[in-house]
Amino acid sequence: MAKKDRMSGNEAVAYAIKQINPDVMPAFPITPSTEIPQMVSTYIANGEIDTEFIPVESEHSSMSAAIGSEAAGARSLTATSSAGLAFMWEELLLAASNRLPVALALVNRTLSGPININCDHSDSMAARDVGWIQIYAETNQEAYDNFIQAYPIAEDVRVHLPIMICQDGFITSHAVMNIELIEDEDVKEFVGEYKPEEFLLNPGKPIAVGPYSVSNYAMEARKNQALAMENSKEVILEVAKKFKDRFGRGVGLFEEYRTEDADYIMLIMGSAAGTAKEAVDNLRDKGIKAGVLKLRVFRPFPAEEIAEALKNCKAVAIMDRTESYNAHGGPLASEVLAGLYRSKVNIETVSYTYGLAGRDFTVDSVYEIFDELQAVVNDGFKPVQHRYIGLRTCE
Amino acid sequence: MSSYNLKEVMNKPERLAPGHRMCAGCGATIGVRAVLRALHEGDQAVIGNATGCLEVSSFMYPYTAWEDSYIHNAFENAGATLGGVETAYKALKKRGRLPEDVNYKFITFGGDGGTYDIGFQSLSGAMERGHDMVYVCYDNGAYMNTGIQRSSATPRFADTTTTPVGKVSDGKLQSRKDLASIIAEHNVPYVAQTTFTRDFKDIHFKSEKAIYTEGACFLNVLAPCPRGWRYDTAEVMKICQLAIDTCYWPMFEVEEGKWRLTYEPKKKLPIEDFLKEQGRFKHLFKPGNEELLVQFQEEVDRRWEDLQYKCNKN
Repeated sequence: MAKKDRMSGNEAVAYAIKQINPDVMPAFPITPSTEIPQMVSTYIANGEIDTEFIPVESEHSSMSAAIGSEAAGARSLTATSSAGLAFMWEELLLAASNRLPVALALVNRTLSGPININCDHSDSMAARDVGWIQIYAETNQEAYDNFIQAYPIAEDVRVHLPIMICQDGFITSHAVMNIELIEDEDVKEFVGEYKPEEFLLNPGKPIAVGPYSVSNYAMEARKNQALAMENSKEVILEVAKKFKDRFGRGVGLFEEYRTEDADYIMLIMGSAAGTAKEAVDNLRDKGIKAGVLKLRVFRPFPAEEIAEALKNCKAVAIMDRTESYNAHGGPLASEVLAGLYRSKVNIETVSYTYGLAGRDFTVDSVYEIFDELQAVVNDGFKPVQHRYIGLRTCE
Repeated sequence: MSSYNLKEVMNKPERLAPGHRMCAGCGATIGVRAVLRALHEGDQAVIGNATGCLEVSSFMYPYTAWEDSYIHNAFENAGATLGGVETAYKALKKRGRLPEDVNYKFITFGGDGGTYDIGFQSLSGAMERGHDMVYVCYDNGAYMNTGIQRSSATPRFADTTTTPVGKVSDGKLQSRKDLASIIAEHNVPYVAQTTFTRDFKDIHFKSEKAIYTEGACFLNVLAPCPRGWRYDTAEVMKICQLAIDTCYWPMFEVEEGKWRLTYEPKKKLPIEDFLKEQGRFKHLFKPGNEELLVQFQEEVDRRWEDLQYKCNKN
């Protein structure tokens, strides 16, 4: 019998951690993810779980310690946001290259500067090429569900990669909503025991981790890591299916919302997908064939699947909640466009940047974008690419 | 711990196997082997290592010289990384996922660059949190792996590649950081400073104490580098003896806050005796530089007196 409760996104993820009861959690406080280690510490203090918590002196050390504990054979995780993710950068690369299935609860917050504590995706998007699986949530429910799927994906022998479970800072992490929780025993059974093949604390079978590797070997290691990321797509889909069969909800690589016959599609990630869906419902009432493609999995990037899903529409708005400073477009736009070209899907596209550093993204913004897509298709309008939405006008 | 038989200790199985690529006569390797000889037979260990000469020369894929489990992560985080391993041990033990009779010890090695400088925060954090581990700094007084750049462990006036002696430069401007004292101020159960003596007794006992004292322990081991210090490789033992006899590198320990000298030279030698053996101090012996030697001696004396005060007030 599923339990219903009202929880913030941070509470939901902390609750998932409680149900999983992982072995080791090093963490360092940073807004807005701080609540997660606080809540886990409280569960530990009250004897509800017996995870070993390491109150490290920095995020660099939280990921370093997580690498040490995971390599030692302990299921490990941490939580962070923004500058915390940036500070553990080098270690993100090492968790991946050492093929350690560490989980990271990321509460997306903008990177400095100017220093700002609110949501955008600049932290995880800038970490898109460090070799971590990245899964994004629209809601508290999805953040919870995604976290429960994290270890079955990351620890699969075909994968053995670290995984970042992302939710939007404040919008998701601090807003309370109704959520359906899975029974403790069902979570335990779904996640299973961690049984690594090789680990440091394996008596009589010592191993060495983190070699110096000359050019004769290092390139093969990178290729194997890339193959693992390719393999992870299949595993993510399997785990999502198993989750849906068992608990009745969830999507695979992305969610297609009213896209079946859509002429105009907004491709978006995270909490803003909810805003887009609301606007699309209203547009549909007016007879406009609008839809939303909500990307759940950014790494591995489902390029072919996205192209397939978009091929029958007339125009797509690609929504980036970050700036790449490449004078060309956001990372999502760059990757979607490359995917469309490779699959020879020649539809109209417009790239937008929205919601930076907590700037509101409203249904009116969505209407404005769909108006523009219609003008592109119907009137031959040539839009400005890489356009900012909701920017203050300079007078 | 009381009996010590050099022959017996030296005949223990090596836990750092031959075949690694460290330089002949390298102080780091001598130090590592000396520390690991203090592990009791039957005890397992996980060895940590900061990036540096030791790491790139002892675990070059696909070969490892380490008989025990070993983890190298990065340059600046040997403290946090081994802290993570040690915590995993606690978790797995507690949850019955390791056999009851299995005993693991946790020892991490870092050079002075990875310990005094870039890894200082990670070390300080690990010490303060009290992980049951030993951090061993093999202090050769510069970034030797990248080509002899100065660190905060480099002695004053040393000629390094980032403090080169030149027409208007006498080498490094600053005196070395006293890391063992700083770690002792973390109030950890055991801190010691040591180096290689003819009987290897001092380093053996200190290593054994550090490994078998519960909590976070720290060893600072002077580990001469023939390339960086520019001395005749065969003279390593003489160099170490001069370091302790001039009181440049006093041997002491701090046990539960109590400071104790473990070696007092019968006759304290002038610092020149230590410096003149090394090419990195050659310029100090040029006519006109007498004042620099005086300054060096004054700093050694000041620190030696300070240490004696700390040890005698107990």
